[in-house]
Amino acid sequence: MYFESFADFIAMGRHGFYVWLAYGIALAIFVFNIVHPMLQRKKIIADLKRRERREQQKRT
Amino acid sequence: MSLVTATIKRDLLIAARRPGEWLNPLMFFLMVLALFPMAVDPDPKFLAKIAAGVVWVAALLATLLSLDSLFKEDVEDGSLEQWLASGESLYALALGKAFVHWCMTGLPLTIAAPLLALMLNLPDDAYGVLFLSLLIATPILSLLGAVGAALTAGVRSGGLLLSLVIMPLYVPVLIFASNAVYQAGLGMVYQGQLGFLGAIFFLAVTLTPFATAAALKLNLSR
Amino acid sequence: MWDYLVRLYHKLGSPKWFYEISGKWLPWFVVPAALCLIVGAVWGLAFAPADYQQGDSFRIIYIHVPSALLAQSAYIMMAVCGAVFLIWRMKMAAWVAASIAPIGATMCFLALITGAIWGKPTWGTWWVWDARLTSMLLLLFLFFGVMAIQQAMETEENAAKAGAILSLVGLVNIPIIKYSVEWWNTLHQPATFKMTEKPAMALDMLWPLLIMVIGFYLFFGAMVMIRTRNEILQRERKKNWVKKVVQEQAAK
Repeated sequence: MYFESFADFIAMGRHGFYVWLAYGIALAIFVFNIVHPMLQRKKIIADLKRRERREQQKRT
Repeated sequence: MSLVTATIKRDLLIAARRPGEWLNPLMFFLMVLALFPMAVDPDPKFLAKIAAGVVWVAALLATLLSLDSLFKEDVEDGSLEQWLASGESLYALALGKAFVHWCMTGLPLTIAAPLLALMLNLPDDAYGVLFLSLLIATPILSLLGAVGAALTAGVRSGGLLLSLVIMPLYVPVLIFASNAVYQAGLGMVYQGQLGFLGAIFFLAVTLTPFATAAALKLNLSR
Repeated sequence: MWDYLVRLYHKLGSPKWFYEISGKWLPWFVVPAALCLIVGAVWGLAFAPADYQQGDSFRIIYIHVPSALLAQSAYIMMAVCGAVFLIWRMKMAAWVAASIAPIGATMCFLALITGAIWGKPTWGTWWVWDARLTSMLLLLFLFFGVMAIQQAMETEENAAKAGAILSLVGLVNIPIIKYSVEWWNTLHQPATFKMTEKPAMALDMLWPLLIMVIGFYLFFGAMVMIRTRNEILQRERKKNWVKKVVQEQAAK
């Protein structure tokens, strides 16, 4: 461990704000990049399901 | 080949009969030039420092404005479909259209800018290089612009999209051209910058018509 | 080996096969990606030594460099996919290109933001017209342009073609842009050193960086596959195999 204590780790030698801000934004962007396509997929599948149901109803 | 020259002649004739086509970009250019001293600082020493850059930015913006209508009418009135049906080379057509645009915008700017740069107190040594840089680089702007105009020809309010799409491509031209003028004003070396602009010009004149032709074909299938 | 690769390439060109193959490959991308990212981040944050001149703010490099590299690679990949689509009319290539664009743009944005945040303690201002940052900004504009032109086209085929043409024009321009910006920057460079310079970096600083780069690229691969699978489901919705997939999903 490079740092003496956990407090030192958070402080990052006075640059704590910047380092954690950067990593925080990175995390947010990663999460967005994961969540957005997954939500899209759910929406597409739900859409297609609904369409299929309507087609079935039309045929019967 | 005859269709290309016929189109060029027609477009130039139309432009001659509609002075607005080539006067408006010039007026816009003049107005943008005037904005800087008014918004920042009219002090001649300050203006001398920024003149090269401001003239070039204004020229770039004026070019962008006039690009919007490059292919719009041809898409709308069906000329574009006639071209494709004729079997003539779209590459040559694209080149011809870019040339027409340069005649209507780049050429007037090249002639007028050194005169108008007086208002910005451009250093004496820079005027010749300003003319040269405009002469070499405005065709590049027209050629690259033609690609963007062809891509956005059928799009509503395509003008803004056009600017967004072309801006990054214009940056190297802007950097070298304005720097050449600035260095010339300081009495320093500028030939390298002009040489690089020449290289970009040859790259553009050979390659961009392919992209423009491909983009024009897109507008036909709607 | 070569035959296998050629066959694989052709298989990937079929939407159904791509969907099935990517479904099998996904865990192999996601799990290693997560591992690399976590290990790399923890190593870089807690265990790597601080930089002599910049102190601990230099740890931002473990995000800034991978995202910058990825943004540039993503653009090149997008342009290559565009070329494949234009030349061989392979629909899959267009869909992959469309999937890459938003991911590449967010990576570009991340590189810019982390660059700016890193710049503040290093140079005292949030934004500096450093050559790398300026090139990255222009790359972001190039990404936006491709995404914007795709949105503006009416048919999906035209959108794919327009995007492909524009990304290729951009691709030819990228070396010119980078050269011109670096040249411009050396003329106007501030007196401090470039922050993403790669001097002889100590090994214990370099390892976490390599791991993060691998993690980012694996993550990118996984994301492209996920987004492309969505595109496939959407575009091929009339096909029977898609209907079966939907039913299986619905049953879950």
